Amino acid sequence: MSLVGAIGISVLLLCAPLAAQQPQPQPQQQEEFVPVSQLPAQDQLPAAPLLVIAYAFVWLALFAYLVSVARRLSYVQREVERLESDMKRGSRS
Amino acid sequence: MPKWFMPLAGLCAVMFAASPFLIANADYESTMGLVQKIFYYHLPSAWIFLLSAIVCGIASARFLFRGSPRQDRLAYAAAELTVLFGAIVLVTGPLWARKAWGVWWQWDVRLTSSLMGWMVAWAYLLVRKYGGPGSDKLAAGLALFGMANVPFVYVSVNYWRTIHPATTVVPTLPVDMGLALWFSVACFLLLFVLLLRLRVHLEEQRSRLDALYLSLDE
Repeated sequence: MSLVGAIGISVLLLCAPLAAQQPQPQPQQQEEFVPVSQLPAQDQLPAAPLLVIAYAFVWLALFAYLVSVARRLSYVQREVERLESDMKRGSRS
Repeated sequence: MPKWFMPLAGLCAVMFAASPFLIANADYESTMGLVQKIFYYHLPSAWIFLLSAIVCGIASARFLFRGSPRQDRLAYAAAELTVLFGAIVLVTGPLWARKAWGVWWQWDVRLTSSLMGWMVAWAYLLVRKYGGPGSDKLAAGLALFGMANVPFVYVSVNYWRTIHPATTVVPTLPVDMGLALWFSVACFLLLFVLLLRLRVHLEEQRSRLDALYLSLDE
């Protein structure tokens, strides 16, 4: 390949990305300002409080249920132990 | 309680503590953004809600046809967990919907059938508590209805017109979102097993107490 041919191919290869590049869409000029209060309801609403409430509810519900089961279980176990000791005392006397 | 209970309870606590970090690292969904992260607790709770309704239904069927008190205790425990996880689903769902859909609630098939399944579980517990003699069998019948509702809840989004995401969302999740989801699913599944075992233990102790009262009367 001649030197001129090599330079020509190199220039073509270097220019190819430039030629292939699509023109970037220009950002549209803003003709009016829209107050946030005019957006649809779901777009005005901040997401973070909803997310925090959802996760807090899950954790609190699970914790409350665990406490409730533990309290019921300890009450029943105490009652079982009391009755068993009463029965032992009754059988001795 | 069995020996495996406490180590697994510790593991479950550690996994629940780690889950927010994985969820925070998962990519944001393109249209819903931050609020979509409710999904990582909402979906596993929904699956556990359906699973516990199935456990309650199968145990109730075995109780009805074989009369096994052990199955009755399992059904009672599972019904309570159906109410718990159903409540989580029915609270986290509307919080997500308020931002994503602009409304707290839609009377579409998925939401309505989920609410119905939750109300059946409540009915089971109320019948057991206030139904008097024979209420265990009546409640077992209710549990069968609750279980029959489960496939309907699951497939409803694929067959009826609804704005609730379809079941095809899960298999198409990218790796980081999928990792956060499946980790949360493992957390909730482990928690369900532990809570079910604990709740069955409570019923066993109650049966023991009833037997002691009976022997004292005699």
